[in-house]
Amino acid sequence: MSLNNEIIQEKLIAKFGDQVGQFAISYGMLSFEAPKEMNLKVLQFLYDEPGLEFTFLTDICAVNYPDQKGAELVVVYHLHNLKENVRVRFSVSTSLDNTDVFTATKLFESANWMERETYDFFGINFVGHPNLKRILNVDEMDYFPLRKEFPLEDQTRIDKDDEMFGRG
Amino acid sequence: MRPVRFNIHPKEAEIADAIGMGKAPDGVTGDGFFATQLSSVVGLARKNSLWPLPFATSCCGIEFMATMASHYDLSRFGSERVGFSPRQCDLLMVMGTIAKKMAPVLRQVYIQMAEPRWVIAVGACASSGGIFDTYSVLQGIDQVIPVDVYVPGCPPRPEAIIDGFMKIQDLVGQESIRRRNSEQYKTLLNSYGIQ
Repeated sequence: MSLNNEIIQEKLIAKFGDQVGQFAISYGMLSFEAPKEMNLKVLQFLYDEPGLEFTFLTDICAVNYPDQKGAELVVVYHLHNLKENVRVRFSVSTSLDNTDVFTATKLFESANWMERETYDFFGINFVGHPNLKRILNVDEMDYFPLRKEFPLEDQTRIDKDDEMFGRG
Repeated sequence: MRPVRFNIHPKEAEIADAIGMGKAPDGVTGDGFFATQLSSVVGLARKNSLWPLPFATSCCGIEFMATMASHYDLSRFGSERVGFSPRQCDLLMVMGTIAKKMAPVLRQVYIQMAEPRWVIAVGACASSGGIFDTYSVLQGIDQVIPVDVYVPGCPPRPEAIIDGFMKIQDLVGQESIRRRNSEQYKTLLNSYGIQ
């Protein structure tokens, strides 16, 4: 019997009950959410449980939803079962006031740089990370550039008017 | 007699305009001597043997490769030797987007070059940040090092790079040998935090 999204969902609900939720399937890929305190338990379960065995961490990233009060930042884990070639997307959300999320580096070595990148751009504080510092941006940067608190372009600047390019 | 004749109507090459000698500077000529300013002679020598140091980070670098290659052939202008050691080069050619994280590296390369040194910013990104009006990109390399010539374009064609190079040659040829010791020059470097 090959692994499919229904089996994953059943096993997760059997283990965690209503603590996991928001199950959705987009483009054939299962995604679900859990409270941020649960992230390591869920990842460990997905890793260890016979039949699930999501042993490969494809990506960690974050999304900023400024209108989602109390859950502005969402950390997304992409996991891959290499035997069955099945992927899932698992996310936890956190508020801007307290961006602590447990690190996944104990489970996946590859999480190290991914979490540094996520910290660099969104300011997620991965608790327990061995070396949580900026990885891509300059060290002196004192803000998290991909948070949606910045306008895309300075609306007051006039040197990029159409007139300056002969299109006025 | 050769069995096959090539170019049965051979055409004289018109070399009068295509090949030029470096023009001698103004001076006093007499029987067996020629007197002129040392600055002019040094300038003449410098401008026709510039060693460029390419600092290519993106698409302008590709245009520079075309400029260096046989079709456009930058070495016609006396820059035969492209060096990759800042110690030996006179002309820093910055081609491409310089991220803020790259800025200290570029500055270090500039500092490692021996005087006299010149800088040419090739393309919109090196000159002004270009389309990358964003948190991670340096908005023009003149924020960290002084620039002599800017070449506009995104990317500029090889002709434009050659034109910028010839502008540099004009500067080099006319530069006084005392300029690098002048107060004005020291002030300029100090304004960039380079002594």
